[in-house]
Amino acid sequence: MPRDEAVASGGIGKAVKRREDVRFLTGKGTYTDDMNRPDQTYCVFLRSNVAHGQITRVDTAAASAMPGVVRIFTGEDIAAAGLGGVPCGWEITSSNGEKMKEPAHPILAQGKVRHVGDPIAAVVAESREAAKDAAEAIGLEIEEMGAVVNMTTAIQGHGAPVHDEAEDNLCYDWDLGDKDATDAAFANATHVTTLEFVNNRMIPNAMEPRAAIGEYDAARDQHTLYTTSQNPHVIRLLMGAFVLNIPEHKLRVMAPDVGGGFGSKIFHYAEEAFVTWASKEIGRPIKWTAERSESFVTDAHGRDHVTKAELAMDSEGKFLALRADTLANMGAYLSTFAPCVPTWLHGTLLAGQYAHPAVHCRVRAVFTNTVPVDAYRGAGRPEATYLLERLINKAAQEIGLDQVEIRRRNFIRPDQFPYDTPVALQYDTGNYLATLARALEMADYAGFNARKAESAARGKLRGIGLSCYIEACGIAPSSLVGALGARAGLYEAASVRVNPTGSVSVFTGSHSHGQGHETTFAQVVADRLGIPYESIEIVHGDTDRVPFGMGTYGSRSLAVGGTAIVNAVDKVIAKGKKIAAHLMEASEADVVFEDGQYKVAGTDKAKAFGEVSLAAYVPHQYPIEDIEPGLEETAFYDPKNFTFPAGSYLCEVEVDPDTGKIEVLGFWAADDFGNVVNPMIVEGQVHGGLVQGLGQAFIENCVYDENGQLPSGSYMDYAMPRAGDFPSFEVDTCVTACTHNPLGVKGCGEAGAIGAPPALVNAVVDALSAYGVDHIDMPLSPQKVWATIQAAKPAMAAE
Amino acid sequence: MYNFDYVKPASVADAVAALQGEDAQAIAGGQTLIATMKQRLAQPRTLVDLTGITEMQGISVDGGVVSVGAGARHAEVAGSAEVRGAIPALADLAGKIGDPQVRNRGTIGGSIANNDPSACYPAAVLGLGATVVTNAREIAAADFFQGLYTTSLNEGEVVTAVKFPVAAAASWQKFEQPASRFSLVGVFVAKVEGEVRVAVTGASEEGVFRAAALEQALASDFSAAAVEGASVSSAGMIADLHGTPDYRANLVKVMTKRAVEAMS
Repeated sequence: MPRDEAVASGGIGKAVKRREDVRFLTGKGTYTDDMNRPDQTYCVFLRSNVAHGQITRVDTAAASAMPGVVRIFTGEDIAAAGLGGVPCGWEITSSNGEKMKEPAHPILAQGKVRHVGDPIAAVVAESREAAKDAAEAIGLEIEEMGAVVNMTTAIQGHGAPVHDEAEDNLCYDWDLGDKDATDAAFANATHVTTLEFVNNRMIPNAMEPRAAIGEYDAARDQHTLYTTSQNPHVIRLLMGAFVLNIPEHKLRVMAPDVGGGFGSKIFHYAEEAFVTWASKEIGRPIKWTAERSESFVTDAHGRDHVTKAELAMDSEGKFLALRADTLANMGAYLSTFAPCVPTWLHGTLLAGQYAHPAVHCRVRAVFTNTVPVDAYRGAGRPEATYLLERLINKAAQEIGLDQVEIRRRNFIRPDQFPYDTPVALQYDTGNYLATLARALEMADYAGFNARKAESAARGKLRGIGLSCYIEACGIAPSSLVGALGARAGLYEAASVRVNPTGSVSVFTGSHSHGQGHETTFAQVVADRLGIPYESIEIVHGDTDRVPFGMGTYGSRSLAVGGTAIVNAVDKVIAKGKKIAAHLMEASEADVVFEDGQYKVAGTDKAKAFGEVSLAAYVPHQYPIEDIEPGLEETAFYDPKNFTFPAGSYLCEVEVDPDTGKIEVLGFWAADDFGNVVNPMIVEGQVHGGLVQGLGQAFIENCVYDENGQLPSGSYMDYAMPRAGDFPSFEVDTCVTACTHNPLGVKGCGEAGAIGAPPALVNAVVDALSAYGVDHIDMPLSPQKVWATIQAAKPAMAAE
Repeated sequence: MYNFDYVKPASVADAVAALQGEDAQAIAGGQTLIATMKQRLAQPRTLVDLTGITEMQGISVDGGVVSVGAGARHAEVAGSAEVRGAIPALADLAGKIGDPQVRNRGTIGGSIANNDPSACYPAAVLGLGATVVTNAREIAAADFFQGLYTTSLNEGEVVTAVKFPVAAAASWQKFEQPASRFSLVGVFVAKVEGEVRVAVTGASEEGVFRAAALEQALASDFSAAAVEGASVSSAGMIADLHGTPDYRANLVKVMTKRAVEAMS
């Protein structure tokens, strides 16, 4: 559909081609590493190659004397300067009322290293190669300690803990839901299904590695940081206030073109704080660009849960209660939003699309000697969806119900909205039967058995898997998240500047790093103002140009950032009415704004949008006593609720029993994102999300060994999904409009990554069900699938 | 990457002379060496670029022998009508190495001289019983590969061509490692010079090898059933994130079976 109909411009609902692609596809993007500042130096970090140890010697004398070296900094320099550690932005309170353990996260290691990749020293030199040469020449001795890697043994407190203040390596022990009601429901259940599983750890792998340039202008006492961030204002706040003690008016943070984030570029990282601080110390700009292998051991990882889940049902397969107990890996330090991901972004989603009477969820967050773990596309919601949708399929398998039927019996019905879940959310709208029906239709679910027989005739095992996800997006009402431990508000801001001749510049706190905001937001404004799409420019990514906003993550940009823009546009329209009324000598109450014109109702009097804006800036005939000149408005929008995108995904696979290789034959996605601004961009977001989710399910896997080393530390062993691994996906949308934002939108950026993994695993388990297989942990690598079949064969033969 | 000197000789003789220098290292497509140097795991003093040597280029078929210049890129071999006509399995193998970027840079000489245990070309060279031609001599495939990243090449010796006997039939079956897309196990089966040869790459800790048990089984009965009846030991096979020795041993059989079926 939209692919063929992409158009050059237009308002809401049009498949407008992405205007940013002109520069991206012709190599004209400006990424942080493309920038070079006069007199710039280069920084290379010396990083720990052991997971856990005491630093006994860092000797920089010889290295400092090497050619091209400007200066070498160690943890002592950081301590002497009194710099703060990298802060955490969310505080979780344990069930017993204790605050989470929040150990210091120094910019350069202070005495101890806690993961492979932990920075120990920073070499600043005239060239990258000179810095690398010197980093190799630093005399470094680390007394190795036993690495804490396995969460299950970590919480038993064997060996030296990652942090002295958490002897059992526990950050917090949190729970949500009514435990007593849940236990009671389990006691009365006809059938209980139990599933123990691992949600595998992911390395985010944005196409552009992280980079940062710090610059200090002594004449103006002004700091500038260019960085690869999804939210430059958040970085300015966290780094300025908590790490470097630089007030906002003296610190400018710019995130220019950013090549993908997937969550990993939300967080404040040590490297960007270092280059900002040290550029003043040496009086020259400092650039740091991660190498890919450095990204593997420094970008915050994702997922990594070990979970036991149980579902209680009555004799009809109706859900009575759900219980979940999860260990969530935090890694060596608390990354910016890490504590919130397995709790408020996970436990609250465990009702799914279903009318569970009771849910109880316990989450224990664990420190380990691994890279910090934080939000990764979906952030908590994929883990919740996987838990629920795998558990439901196992339940269906056990009680002999079809995977579709068991869901139909338990869906929240369209007439039950707004719906209060037992885990603290109120879903505003949805129609889960509609998205399910659409997915079943697209996939020809009814024809599956014939296709399965055809595969069997070729010696192949065919399976089909369903997943019905829900997510909470548009984060979030500030008062609510504040009560849940957020140390920031989660509104969004926008300024709409109408220029004198009627063109419009929009300054948004959202940040685009692949999402296509420059196109979609312009469509929204064009639609609202009735002016040409081409006369609207979207500006983002610079704290000196855009108002204080919270940035882009959690599929929030259109629902929250877009609403801020709409609200600012509405203020512009309202002021324009006053000006137009004066120009047309009419009463303001009689002026209406439609199709880009101010009109006096019931007459043929009209003033174009551009005429009014010109009058605002050339106020010769102007109600100057009543209204200020100019036409520029700002709005801050704080949402009333989350938005709740939901959908049904079907995945069909064929398994080669001889090799264990899985072929994805078809994938069908029916999503409800509320109203759609640009169907082509939405389709692209879904495709990307699906590949990311399917990647987790079938090949991606971050593996640490027992020493805390990372065998999957390069693309030779960390498997990334590729286009050729998949068929063309078929996606469609069903709409129930969000009830609490003016655009009626919900968000689409993460859905694919959330809904896809259980659909694929359910399909493979379905294919192997003849062998009595009822679960396989992700990723479903050929070796694992083959071994599962081998293990099942003797059991089958014995029957 | 450390600093190095760079020379680009125009003849094999000049290349051999240049390689006498201390820590001199030959480079062709650089698809392994450049990555290794970027990680600072190799520190050659001089790189001797072989890609300007005309006498190492070209592909020809003559009297039942396909001669491939050591400098031939994988894409050239894959796209060569002569190779495809004479030994289609060889063109097929070359066309499945890496990705288009790798195929347009990497060379057959570089691949076999490096002898990565998961590389594809060694399986064809051994499976077809090819002859490796160097500046100094001709080496039979069986003598050329000496285990992990090891060959019988002497210091400074340069592969100039590989001569493949045209097979009566051959098939290349590659099972990709999910991350690197190298061979997790690759099997090259050929009926050549009156015998059945089964060469396996990706599986053994000793690099490419001929699967004797499978060859024996197929010599008397060239069928998938014969493969099924033979046993492949997992002893000495690679264990890594992507496959246990048992899994690799299974893949050797499965891929051999598929090759036999493709040839039948």
